[in-house]
Amino acid sequence: MHGLPQAEPTNATIRPGAAARRSPGWRISRRVRIGLASLIGTFALWWLLTDITGVIGPHRFPAPAEFWAAFVQIAIDGYAGGTLITQAWYSTRLVIMGFLVAIATGVPLGLLMGVSHRAEALLNPAFLLVRPIPPLAWIPLAIVWLGLGDAAKILVIWFAAFVPSVINTWTGVRGVDRTLIAAARVHGAGELRLLWEVIIPGSLPMMFTGLRLSLQASWTTLVAAELVGAFFGLGRVLDAAYRDINPPMIAVAMLAVGVLGALTTRLVAVAERRLIPWRS
Amino acid sequence: MAFMTIADRAPHPRELMLLSVAGAVLFFGGWQLLAMSGAVSPQTLPSPIAVIGTAWQLAFEPFAGHTLLQHIVASLGRFAMGFGLAAAIGVPLGLAMGRFRLLDDIVSPIFEALRFIAPLAWVPFAALWFGTGIGGPVMVIFAGAFPPCLINAYRGAKLVEVRLVEAAQTLGAGGFRIMAEVLLPGALPSIVAGLRVSAGLAWQSLVGAELIVASAGIGYVMVQAQSNLAPAIVMAGMLSVGVIGLAIDVALRRAERLVKSRWGQA
Repeated sequence: MHGLPQAEPTNATIRPGAAARRSPGWRISRRVRIGLASLIGTFALWWLLTDITGVIGPHRFPAPAEFWAAFVQIAIDGYAGGTLITQAWYSTRLVIMGFLVAIATGVPLGLLMGVSHRAEALLNPAFLLVRPIPPLAWIPLAIVWLGLGDAAKILVIWFAAFVPSVINTWTGVRGVDRTLIAAARVHGAGELRLLWEVIIPGSLPMMFTGLRLSLQASWTTLVAAELVGAFFGLGRVLDAAYRDINPPMIAVAMLAVGVLGALTTRLVAVAERRLIPWRS
Repeated sequence: MAFMTIADRAPHPRELMLLSVAGAVLFFGGWQLLAMSGAVSPQTLPSPIAVIGTAWQLAFEPFAGHTLLQHIVASLGRFAMGFGLAAAIGVPLGLAMGRFRLLDDIVSPIFEALRFIAPLAWVPFAALWFGTGIGGPVMVIFAGAFPPCLINAYRGAKLVEVRLVEAAQTLGAGGFRIMAEVLLPGALPSIVAGLRVSAGLAWQSLVGAELIVASAGIGYVMVQAQSNLAPAIVMAGMLSVGVIGLAIDVALRRAERLVKSRWGQA
């Protein structure tokens, strides 16, 4: 039935967006069509450059078939000590643990420094020293202290996620509307109620910005830490594939890192929408 | 809970100053005492004085092939190359994507698909393609620095009023001139903000890349010290990484303020 001219109200033909919104679901927008074409084109180019013409040799970047074979290999037989699911879960578990420890320490510290000028003044010197050191730079120290196991990874992720959660919580508290605080005070709210019902909800949006940044930093740092030295995990897979000069496996591990990073970021976004429904 | 004073006026500045000094003394004094007490061996936690002494010593005595200053110069060179490359490609591409919808629709899905791959995950391919000397680390830095350059140039270009672009078109400006003379100045504040974020990420990625594959640079110093179990050298490395990162950030912050006061609308 598409292609048939339909009797549309005149205003719909004036505004093309309205017509598109009214169209049935299977008629996809221009943006999606071009996007799909672009992805398919990239895929075709990849195939053309590797399999068909061989411009990019197999020792540089894998052909689609090799990529698929590597994916099947790690998914079923495993690679570098575990299947894809085991390795991915291993890394995800570490990110979640480090991230939770960082939230549990960073958010209260940020609240304290935001609420009290005295606490801020007391803690700021130590914080200023730690803040400019990139999380990745903690990796060697963590290995000297705790070795190559889980504890060192969690410590490094904690460092990575701690600083953004402190800073954003702190900024969020300072950004709470002063009038709201004064109003709550006038109506007789005690300090604890003020904190729980005005300051924390008011700083939640900034806190979540911090959490999203923390999560990204956690993934980057974990991958780096596992590349420097680890027994399991996706970074370990990357490292092993690099040492074996196995480009298909490198590509599979990179894809897994990207997918997991995107999924966990989405998870934080969902939590954000649940917890802060008033911020659209 | 008398310490909660958020809505009230801040305490007297002199009191806050004293508290800051007390905080610093507590932190460094506690660390120094802990290291001197022998409860923690210097093989685990060197004292702050030992760390600074080590940094000073490394500035003149070669470690891992070069003095600390030479390593820093090697790192800064890679940083400048990776960051420069990311800005030189990311900013024009972002502006063009903001201007031409077709380009935007083509590039966006590819960019979105690649964006979630942590920059450090590029290390194996970077080393395979460009070696572990200069090319590999530069590519990793590029992977870290590229997204903010592109995104901010794109957003900046989208913020430029359509009227201005149309006016330039009416007056006969070509595509390139519109980009260079309308979009670029209009998007400049956003671009500079993006460059600052991007420089921070570039510096981090550099350290990461050097930890994994390199034969010189600060990250290499730190990973060598780690395998020698020399935490004082590791911490001296962290100190220099922090100080240089801070210096880069301060410089770009200043540039940002300058640009905002000259070209910024808000």
